[in-house]
Amino acid sequence: MARKSFRQAVNEAISQEMARDPRVIVMGEDIAGGMGAPGEDDAWGGPLGVTKGLMPQFGRERVLDTPITESGFIGAAAGAALTGLRPIADLMFVDFMGVCFDQIFNQAAKFKYMFGGKARTPLVIRTMYGAGFRAASQHSQCLYPLFTHVPGLKVVIPSSPYEAKGLMIAAIRDDDPVIFFEHKMLYDVEDEVPDEPYTLPFGEANLTREGEDLTIVALGRMVTLANEAADRLGGQGISCTVIDPRTTSPLDIETILEEVRATGRLVVVDEASPRCNMATDISAQVAERAFEALRAPIRMVSPPHTPVPFSPALEDLYVPDVEKIIQAARTAMAAGGRKAA
Amino acid sequence: MQLSREDLLRAYRSMCTIRQFEERVHAEFATGDIPGFVHLYAGEEASAVGVCMNLGARDSIASTHRGHGHCIAKGCDVAGMMAEIYGRKSGLCAGKGGSMHIADLDLGMLGANGIVGGGAPLACGAALTAKTLKTGAVAVAFGGDGASNQGTTAEAMNLASVWRLPVVFVLEDNGYAESTASAWSIGGDPLVRAEGFGIPGVRVDGHDFFAVHDAARDAIARARDGGGPSFLHLKLARYFGHFEGDGMTYRAADEVAKLRAERDCLTLFRRRVEEARLLDPAALDAVEAEVAALIEDATRGAKAAPMPAPADLLTDVYVSY
Repeated sequence: MARKSFRQAVNEAISQEMARDPRVIVMGEDIAGGMGAPGEDDAWGGPLGVTKGLMPQFGRERVLDTPITESGFIGAAAGAALTGLRPIADLMFVDFMGVCFDQIFNQAAKFKYMFGGKARTPLVIRTMYGAGFRAASQHSQCLYPLFTHVPGLKVVIPSSPYEAKGLMIAAIRDDDPVIFFEHKMLYDVEDEVPDEPYTLPFGEANLTREGEDLTIVALGRMVTLANEAADRLGGQGISCTVIDPRTTSPLDIETILEEVRATGRLVVVDEASPRCNMATDISAQVAERAFEALRAPIRMVSPPHTPVPFSPALEDLYVPDVEKIIQAARTAMAAGGRKAA
Repeated sequence: MQLSREDLLRAYRSMCTIRQFEERVHAEFATGDIPGFVHLYAGEEASAVGVCMNLGARDSIASTHRGHGHCIAKGCDVAGMMAEIYGRKSGLCAGKGGSMHIADLDLGMLGANGIVGGGAPLACGAALTAKTLKTGAVAVAFGGDGASNQGTTAEAMNLASVWRLPVVFVLEDNGYAESTASAWSIGGDPLVRAEGFGIPGVRVDGHDFFAVHDAARDAIARARDGGGPSFLHLKLARYFGHFEGDGMTYRAADEVAKLRAERDCLTLFRRRVEEARLLDPAALDAVEAEVAALIEDATRGAKAAPMPAPADLLTDVYVSY
């Protein structure tokens, strides 16, 4: 066990799985970097250095730099997965899904069903998401609700280095196509991460705080903010449960329902755009299945329905923060009836 | 041409099977019994069979919405295909795919594809698997003139060139992308496009089985020997509409009749092998009769086969969930 960054945790997971299984390959733009150029090999190791060191360790045959050709190489990764490899394709920013979405949602996601159950598509697509990097509208979105919407895909949103390593190894060993979301503001966050390989389950939520008054569901980077909000609320006499679903497809709605039934109040924190996001999806499922347990209206904390702005003055307003979560929690606590004894 | 008598009979049987399968689907579709969209391959048989005769089960093909011919040429079970087109549980894809998604991964048939241009990147992936695992296999990407203008095709060709993949791109230019003439929709020359990616290509008369076979043989051998991707531009024609129900008002009134009379790939094949005394007419007639019985059985079987059960709606989405 040692302190490792989120970046190191993802790297270590991939490296250990590549060592374990020769069918695991990595491909993407600048995934090693410097291909065909006169300078250093492994010049970048991915745009933010997550895959640095894999190419020297496993060679160019298993760590493939691609041209900037997302339809081409994401489609090739799907075809390779269908025929016996276990590719990890790096879709650098999830915002780029616009140029390769067909290969993901019409091809990889549907092979198994369309072909009567006979296909396996063990494909992992890693992708960066999220605001806070001053990266403006085309490099900052949280598009996981779009992938969650598509049957056949699994969607993983790790919230910490420990979660990232265990969920990445699970993703690589999974026989279905998995979209693995890495928040770019988390890469330098450090955590205790075991050296040996381990997996964390899909569809099993993790309770990062346990309380009695209020349930907060948060995803990805928002889990850290929800934990901080819960700690501050705890100091003010409001005891919160915080649920990190880990994966949005499959989604552990049963744990969420169980906790809502226990506390009677729900806040959902989601960095994705507010229409048809995970907050609305979870809220709808809770309203349908546990309405009688709710003591107050569900509160959703999401950004406004705008593109992600560039100016730090605006972006900081855009992203949900601890204050907004606390405000939502207070509103939820103030409304509705008292908890039955 | 170095095909044995058995090879020639196999080629004719395969082409006849495609033709009779498509003629039958055309007739049955008109009765209203076949659900959904169907895109027929009749007229283009020399392409699928000429190419796939050079492939084995370990080799992969990615197909198109007009995929029945590729399926049959790659060895898919005809009864399973017909049942699939009728949406039956005994279909090759358990009735969940239909005409546009017939696949048999055990035979390297990676699926017909409802997305124009969807197949070329997938074929690159199959070729990447072959290259990485050093299996010696080759992949073929079939695509039409419509797909040739899709970005996926250009991206796949560039990627195949950059990665030197064992893949052959086969452009089946049947003259029409839906209702739009390829003479209008393709800017420049597909061969020059391939050349621009550093991919050698040849233009072939797609009505001529032997020309297709020999060009494919060379391209596939080149891929198998580590020579990288190749490109074939086949000029051919379809006899039916883009989809069944297409009135083909965009074609000249006598166009299909003229093609059937003068450029039919099965007629040309028969004439060639009979004139060269490679096969006698009786043997070819026997093949046609065998195929007719096969198609009759497949069609009767499909009509009588049970539909999927309600519980089948929810299965096969994930390996585990």
